[in-house]
Amino acid sequence: MYDLFITVVLISLGIFIVVTGLIVIALWRGKKEKAIPEQDFGSSKSEIFWMTGPILILIWIFVISAKLILTMNAVPKVHPADANAEIELTVIGHQWWWEIQYGGTSIISANEIHIPVGKKVRVKVDSADVIHSFWVPQLARKMDAIPGHPNYIWLEANKEGVYQGRCAEYCGTQHTWMKFKVYVKSVADYEKWKSNAEASFTRTSQSLGKSSDSDKNKTSGKDDPNLEKGKQIFLNEGCVNCHAIDGKTTPNIGPNLSRISQRKILGAGVLSYSTENLGKWLKDPQKFKPGCKMPDFKFTDEQVDQLVTFLESLK
Amino acid sequence: MTDPLLKPDSHETKPDWGLMSWICSVDHKRIGIMYMLLAVFFLLVGGFEALLIRVQLATPMNDFVSPQMYNQLFTLHGTTMIFLVGMPVFTGFSNFIVPLMIGAKDVAFPRLNAMSFWMLPFGGALLYFSFFTGSAPDAGWFSYAPLSTRPFSSLPGVDYWIIGLAVMGIGSISGAINIVATVMCCRAPGMSMQRVPLFVWIMFMQAILIVITIPPLNSAIAMLLIDRWLGAAFFEPARGGSALLWQHFFWMFGHPEVYVFALPSFAIVSEVIPVFSRKPIYGYAFVAGSSTVIVLLSYTVWAHHMFAVGLGMGPNIFFAAATLLIALPTGVKIFNWTATLWGGSIRFTTAMMFAIAFLVQFVIGGLTGIMFAAVPVDWQLTDTYFVVAHFHYVLVGGIVFSLFAATYYWFPKITGRMLDERLGKLQFWLWVIGFNGTFGIQHFLGLMGMPRRVYQFADNPGWAVCNAISSAGAVLMAVGTLVLIWNIWRSLRNGKTSGVNPWQAFTLEWATSSPPPLENFDRIPEIRSRRPVWDLDHPELADWKTEKTPEDKGSRPSPAKTAAWAFVISEAIFFILLLVSYVVFNSGKTAEGPTANTVLDVNRTGFFTLVLLSSSLTFWIAERYLRRTNMRAFQLWLSFTILLGCIFIGGQVWEYYGLISSGVTINRNLFASTFFTVTGFHGLHVTGGIVALSIMLLMARSGYLTSKRSVVYNAVGIYWHFVDLVWIAVFSIIYLGYLQ
Repeated sequence: MYDLFITVVLISLGIFIVVTGLIVIALWRGKKEKAIPEQDFGSSKSEIFWMTGPILILIWIFVISAKLILTMNAVPKVHPADANAEIELTVIGHQWWWEIQYGGTSIISANEIHIPVGKKVRVKVDSADVIHSFWVPQLARKMDAIPGHPNYIWLEANKEGVYQGRCAEYCGTQHTWMKFKVYVKSVADYEKWKSNAEASFTRTSQSLGKSSDSDKNKTSGKDDPNLEKGKQIFLNEGCVNCHAIDGKTTPNIGPNLSRISQRKILGAGVLSYSTENLGKWLKDPQKFKPGCKMPDFKFTDEQVDQLVTFLESLK
Repeated sequence: MTDPLLKPDSHETKPDWGLMSWICSVDHKRIGIMYMLLAVFFLLVGGFEALLIRVQLATPMNDFVSPQMYNQLFTLHGTTMIFLVGMPVFTGFSNFIVPLMIGAKDVAFPRLNAMSFWMLPFGGALLYFSFFTGSAPDAGWFSYAPLSTRPFSSLPGVDYWIIGLAVMGIGSISGAINIVATVMCCRAPGMSMQRVPLFVWIMFMQAILIVITIPPLNSAIAMLLIDRWLGAAFFEPARGGSALLWQHFFWMFGHPEVYVFALPSFAIVSEVIPVFSRKPIYGYAFVAGSSTVIVLLSYTVWAHHMFAVGLGMGPNIFFAAATLLIALPTGVKIFNWTATLWGGSIRFTTAMMFAIAFLVQFVIGGLTGIMFAAVPVDWQLTDTYFVVAHFHYVLVGGIVFSLFAATYYWFPKITGRMLDERLGKLQFWLWVIGFNGTFGIQHFLGLMGMPRRVYQFADNPGWAVCNAISSAGAVLMAVGTLVLIWNIWRSLRNGKTSGVNPWQAFTLEWATSSPPPLENFDRIPEIRSRRPVWDLDHPELADWKTEKTPEDKGSRPSPAKTAAWAFVISEAIFFILLLVSYVVFNSGKTAEGPTANTVLDVNRTGFFTLVLLSSSLTFWIAERYLRRTNMRAFQLWLSFTILLGCIFIGGQVWEYYGLISSGVTINRNLFASTFFTVTGFHGLHVTGGIVALSIMLLMARSGYLTSKRSVVYNAVGIYWHFVDLVWIAVFSIIYLGYLQ
């Protein structure tokens, strides 16, 4: 990719220098303003002679880019039984956040992707509403997320670290703040992260089940009154209509909030994550991300605290 | 030195300059000027929107405008600059200059010309009226579905965008048909097609391109409007539609549209550079021919706007090849312009300087275009500021600069006064520095990963300073524009008078007074080459002595028939695309609900098909009687034709009634949507044909239509047979199930 880009830039630069050079020389020579220069109508022979160079250059560019198209675009629609391509991600664009499903696990997250270093990860890029585009400049090509037309790309990182990603296709009011991060971890760290996350999802599902089945007084809310109150706000004030907090894929109008306290960003990149920022966001999301789908619920400061306590308990 | 026989000041009647004289004018020059003034007005509007965008992006995390406002701004900026600046300004120059260059009194259809123009301000008014409804369109100038469909854009902004574009599209197509007919039918004696100035030839190609490139847009916006208003789901994947179909249709319009803008600037530069080099254009045939090649190829490259949508390898490689290929005819032109400069005697007028800057900046825009044709590069750089920089180098650095060249070059002809050269050069340098400052730096922003269409950006290293430079450059361009307006204002009040041919130019418009009188020429000089005015000025060096060009055979086709053919071709493309959408949505998968097999009565419609087809026959019989001047029989057969058309429409009403009462409505499923769209538009065309035939009948009854004056009837005939032909295609595909 990078080599191709440099080659093409150098070719273009060469052409530019030749053409501009010829123009400048012609202008310099013509400056003297001879009264009437020779009336030259052109010749077919020189036209054809001059065109051979550009034709060869275009063929050259075509060959090197076609070669790369054939390799970069080669992502199978069926998951290959290749050890190297062991994990599979589904990335779903929503207005204006990314849903991430980890294949073969119950892990669902938002706006953050965890992958092991040195492995080829097959990513299915899909959309729940309008057209988005999945782009991690340092790791992969751009790929549009088109409803009804899933696309597949390879995501592969050779170095551990945090990589920036974002939506690259205009998708409505808050296209600007539709970012995500890719965390590339060592294989051991990745496995640890994965088992923690899976355990957490199981825990959350069980605790939710308990609370709806049995008497509310018996639940863990006893330890911290704020936690139980926050949970009740979450379940009764509308949050639950848009956000899931367990391994379920719906509702997904807003991001799945399981393990939100482990994330580094809020509102798909508009705020960095901290307990304080989570409170600010809950107080009035429209202040930070005007036009986003989450309305201002006019929570009191106390309610915000209770909600934050509840959300941060979902580890 | 000009022909002493031309008396520029022989017109004693003072022209009327009142407001009504402009509104009612059918003079191609006045309409041309109105086009240009409209473009200048919207240039200021669109430029102001651009300035607001650059103010918002001048600093990181700016809160100057809301995201909603920002999205409306870039949507309107794009839409305005393309449809209300680019289209009218070139049509304006074409209108003013083409008839003069070919020695015609006016365009082929002066009244149609006035109508074409007046569609534009109404379309523009509709577009901007959306502001009063709560929201201007904000889905981008490309209005990608499904973002532009009702579930995601519920405010009426997009509706105004659609209707505005449809109205302007009608104006553009009829204006282009007029230019096609003018060039083909109204050339002065001696001017064979191979002798027209390059400006005329290339604007002729551009007009043809408009005629074939607006229809895909029309089909797309018609379908989008049906989605939004009637509840169909062409572009709603959630209900079975296709998000990609919109992109295909839109870019089948959108990419040729780039050449609709690029061709006129090629046309302008092909006049300006030779005149100020005091040489003929180098390789006329190659410049002209490569323009034709561009028209043909421009239809094969649309999907290079879609490399990131996951088309698969085959299409990616095909469109990469086609895109590289179309660089060649453009390269041919660059070579010829440079060769024209070579060995010339250069006069550095403002017009020439803008043309040279065009050349250099257009090369940059073209080369970055080639980079995108290397598809993997596109996969990284598309939708970043690199794209913004690329197409602004083409559209502003290339095309707007050529427009300034045209302004300085033809202003003396249009107004009779010279623009001030010192102010001109001031504007030139403000624009060169401002333009390259604004957009040059955006290449680097794009390479650093700054995406397009974002209203805020975080302060990544280097982004703040690059964006600040970019915004500062925009201010310079704005100041430069004010200098131009001041220059025009001053020149109109007390500029130097220009005389007939201030630049010692070569083409016919410089053989009449400045500004030209009502019907342009008192006497047209003899045309024996491509540079008749040069031949007059330099009899000893006349072109026809050295450079042989094909003689004019003197035959000109009928304007009415030419226009009818152009119109029919345009409509054919519209129907082909609607039929494509029918085939796409009805082949293969078995859809829920009604299908062609379950609800359509093939035999009954087959009968009405025969009725419609026999109306072509009766029309032809009527035409024969008209030629034999048997007016009674003519009227009888014409009435019979109208009756058959009415029976067909009656059959369609019957069919629709049956379908709708059994619950098959346009929003039922994709079969119903496509069926009603295709047959409905065809029905409208038949109805239009019946109206036209009825007018013919009335004209025949009151003696306006006779065997000697029957051209209009022949033109209507082309349309009527075309409508029947379309029905054959519709019937075969929908009722008989071909192609599925």
